[in-house]
Amino acid sequence: MDKIQVSFNLNGQPVEVLVEPRELLIHVLREQLQQTGSHIGCETSHCGACTVDFNGESVKSCTLLAVQAQGAEVMTIEGLASNGELHPLQQAFMDEHGLQCGFCTPGMLMRSYRLLQENSDPTEVEIRAGMSGNLCRCTGYQNIVKSIQKAATVINESGRDEAKTA
Amino acid sequence: MAATAESLARKDKLEGIGCSRKRKEDPRFIQGKGLYVDDVKLPGMVYGALVRSPHAHARIKSINKERALALPGVITVLTADDLKPLNLHWMPTLGSDVQAVLADEKVAFQMQEVAMVIAEERYIAADGVDLVEVEYEELPVIVDPHKSMDPDAPIIREDLVGKDEVGHGKRLHDNHIFTWEAGDKDSTDVVFENAEVTISEEILNPRVHPCPLETCGCVGSFDKIKGQLTVYMSTQAPHLVRTVLAMLSGIPESKIRVITNDIGGGFGNKVPIYPGYVVAIVASIVLGRPVKWIESRIENISTTGFARDYHGIAELAADKDGRIKALRFNVLADHGAFNSHVSATKWPAGLFSICTGSYDIPTAYVKVDAVYTNKAPGGVAYRCSLRVTEAVYLIERMIDILAQKLDIDKAEIRKRNFVQADQFPYNTSLGWTVDSGNYGPALDKVLKAVDYEGLRKEQAEKRANGELMGIGISTFTEIVGAGPTKACDILGIGLFDSCEIRVNPTGSAIARMGTQTQGQGHETTYAQIIATELGIPSEEIQVEEGDTDKAPYGAGTWGSRSTPVGGAAVAKAARKIRDKARKIAAHLLEVSEDDLEWDIDQFRVKGVPDQAKTMKEIAMAAYSNIPEGMENGLEAVDYYDPPNFTFPFGAYVCVVDIDPQTGEIKVRRFYALDDCGTRINDMIIEGQIHGGLTEAFAVSMGQLIDFDENGNLLGNSLMDYFLPTTVETPHWETDYTVTPSPHHPLGAKGVAESPHVGGIPCFSNAVVDALSHLGVTHVDMPHTAHRIWKKLHELGADK
Repeated sequence: MDKIQVSFNLNGQPVEVLVEPRELLIHVLREQLQQTGSHIGCETSHCGACTVDFNGESVKSCTLLAVQAQGAEVMTIEGLASNGELHPLQQAFMDEHGLQCGFCTPGMLMRSYRLLQENSDPTEVEIRAGMSGNLCRCTGYQNIVKSIQKAATVINESGRDEAKTA
Repeated sequence: MAATAESLARKDKLEGIGCSRKRKEDPRFIQGKGLYVDDVKLPGMVYGALVRSPHAHARIKSINKERALALPGVITVLTADDLKPLNLHWMPTLGSDVQAVLADEKVAFQMQEVAMVIAEERYIAADGVDLVEVEYEELPVIVDPHKSMDPDAPIIREDLVGKDEVGHGKRLHDNHIFTWEAGDKDSTDVVFENAEVTISEEILNPRVHPCPLETCGCVGSFDKIKGQLTVYMSTQAPHLVRTVLAMLSGIPESKIRVITNDIGGGFGNKVPIYPGYVVAIVASIVLGRPVKWIESRIENISTTGFARDYHGIAELAADKDGRIKALRFNVLADHGAFNSHVSATKWPAGLFSICTGSYDIPTAYVKVDAVYTNKAPGGVAYRCSLRVTEAVYLIERMIDILAQKLDIDKAEIRKRNFVQADQFPYNTSLGWTVDSGNYGPALDKVLKAVDYEGLRKEQAEKRANGELMGIGISTFTEIVGAGPTKACDILGIGLFDSCEIRVNPTGSAIARMGTQTQGQGHETTYAQIIATELGIPSEEIQVEEGDTDKAPYGAGTWGSRSTPVGGAAVAKAARKIRDKARKIAAHLLEVSEDDLEWDIDQFRVKGVPDQAKTMKEIAMAAYSNIPEGMENGLEAVDYYDPPNFTFPFGAYVCVVDIDPQTGEIKVRRFYALDDCGTRINDMIIEGQIHGGLTEAFAVSMGQLIDFDENGNLLGNSLMDYFLPTTVETPHWETDYTVTPSPHHPLGAKGVAESPHVGGIPCFSNAVVDALSHLGVTHVDMPHTAHRIWKKLHELGADK
């Protein structure tokens, strides 16, 4: 099958890959680009373990063709921490025991990252609605919700602190 | 010694038993650096994909590989005929049966493994699967286990014709696997004949699937030059896998290494050995290249490790005050086409005979008949010990039905039947010795917390208004921590478990375990046990599992056995080290061992508090300055054979509201009190409870592996199979009491399965309670809106 050259930004870095037209983004991320943080749990867009941030939206990379990523800004779990500092969501998931086996965690983090961009101070109901495309079999979600609430508080407080010092 | 601020600070620094320590495994998971089996990439690695049967029962007339082999990138296609010369086309199961690795002349369930295509790339392997042409001749299908033993039933297992036993006693029919009994049938029958009250109910534990978020898979890598086989596998029991692979392949066990790395959830699904593993490994041996096989979700739900499918007829005999006099349970167990039910050799129906529950039932008899059907094989323990959910479900449903029949309150009838605290250790009428329990206070605490009386009043008011509100209670006892080797083995290997600890010269330590974490946080909690036992900070203790070359032998993690068995091994190994450390300290301090006392992280001379040696100092001395006649080093191994199981218990209350017009159930409240004895890490325990309750919610409210009359699976993706999301999952309230296990070195019991086992009947009891005034005594799971609406409609109550 003829391959197609696809260029996009992955975690802020330009990448170029040769892919078959039928290849899924998740396979290209995991196998060609060796970013194995995003996982495959269902192949039908239900579990969300493959969630990545794609042009400012949460997208399930198991049902997106890699060719659709042409020119896109893609962010995966590997790009969430910056300069060696954990994102407040990562810290909160650890502090509030928001993960167990860890398999859904990268997708949960990428989805909640976008959720907090969409709504910086969500209620529990809004968090539960906003996270309903990501399945977890271990935690029962309660501590995931708590983690996201805590991260929102931390982000909002540090934002206020920065506003004060500015 | 009175705790001083200084000693408290030293104790806190250890982050030992009782500390809600943050998890050591989290930094890698939150940064996408976990290492799951599909992340393993080896040089020269190729991919396997399985050709599967579209039919539930059919003879294979021919398999044509030519078109697949002609596809560029396809390396080989393996069928049963290719495995036959190696004698690997059949394999032993964990249920004393055999299972076809690749279908041998016929298929006996839909999606059965028929051939494996090996290709250079994942996509090409999938293309190759479509090009393998298999010609089938369809055969009559048995889906309903009640029809398996009909005189004219088609024979599912022709390979067993003429064999009157499949590992567990006499077979009664070609589709019969075994009969298993416990208790005293004759005296039970007598009690039933003379009882003031008897009740009987048909109760089904439907076929479900554990469905961990990561599917099963492996990478087999055979080094032809060294003759060494390395297998990366998402298995809950790496050592058992290694032994089975040695038995199967003839490769010396010393040349087989099983590595698990991280596992994306197990819940019992990752205990058995599946055909895909075996074929990938054989392919690697044949090709001399690493072969990866990863299940799709549809393959996972369709073929690997279902749970339950227990069809029970349950009976209780009681007096008119609701005191149970006898129990009689008869079960028909559907094991699918091969008996790959995970069970200890002597327990073909697992630990089902724990079904007398938390109650003092003087006489009991249970019988389980297992049969073959044209469905996927299995019978794994889905977040429970072997057949314990099934057992607890029956007794917890039946005691409610008895209460309903006698018009006794459902909490009150439990109190009248509880085994009392002073009766422990308590010998059940079915042969178990329950080591400890304190059921009454646990239930009282919960009833008070939820204002049970207030809820019953509210329910009465709502009923008067035609509203449907239900209150479910479950007061369960589990049996976990398999198990004493005199009673429990798998394939002849006793179910002990092990820990090896080495303390380094500078005082840090590494521990290696025979168990295998799948999210339970072993790296965190085992370190806490060592921290308390040896006075070494948790942070300086490394815990490793899942590499059979490094870890001592153990049976792995399933049936809540890690803390009861592995955790005990940790404590015992640490205590061996502390005994040696005491000798070294006595030598260093020039006193006798008897003059020393242990204080958090050091040995002190009694009465002379400033004369002390810390564990750090002792560790260095172990490598440099030891008493005459002692060997250097500071390490120990313990293989722990538990004297008994542990028996965690709990009291749960669930409150539901049901919409009469739609049948939709809203869980208003769920309060779970668990008693797992000594608590090592509250944060992790609570997390396990939340997860187990959510899986209980899934099973009771929506999960079902269903088939049509031709054996076609109706719904095998996450489109149809219910995994609860954030939206429908209820809020959980947790509580606890502490009744230590008298025989466990730490007093600890298992915990993570209790919420699943105790939660399922609690939901069902709440749902039936909401309908009980309409004369309903039982409805089978799953309690989907449609099924509940149908029941309401049938009763004319959907107005």
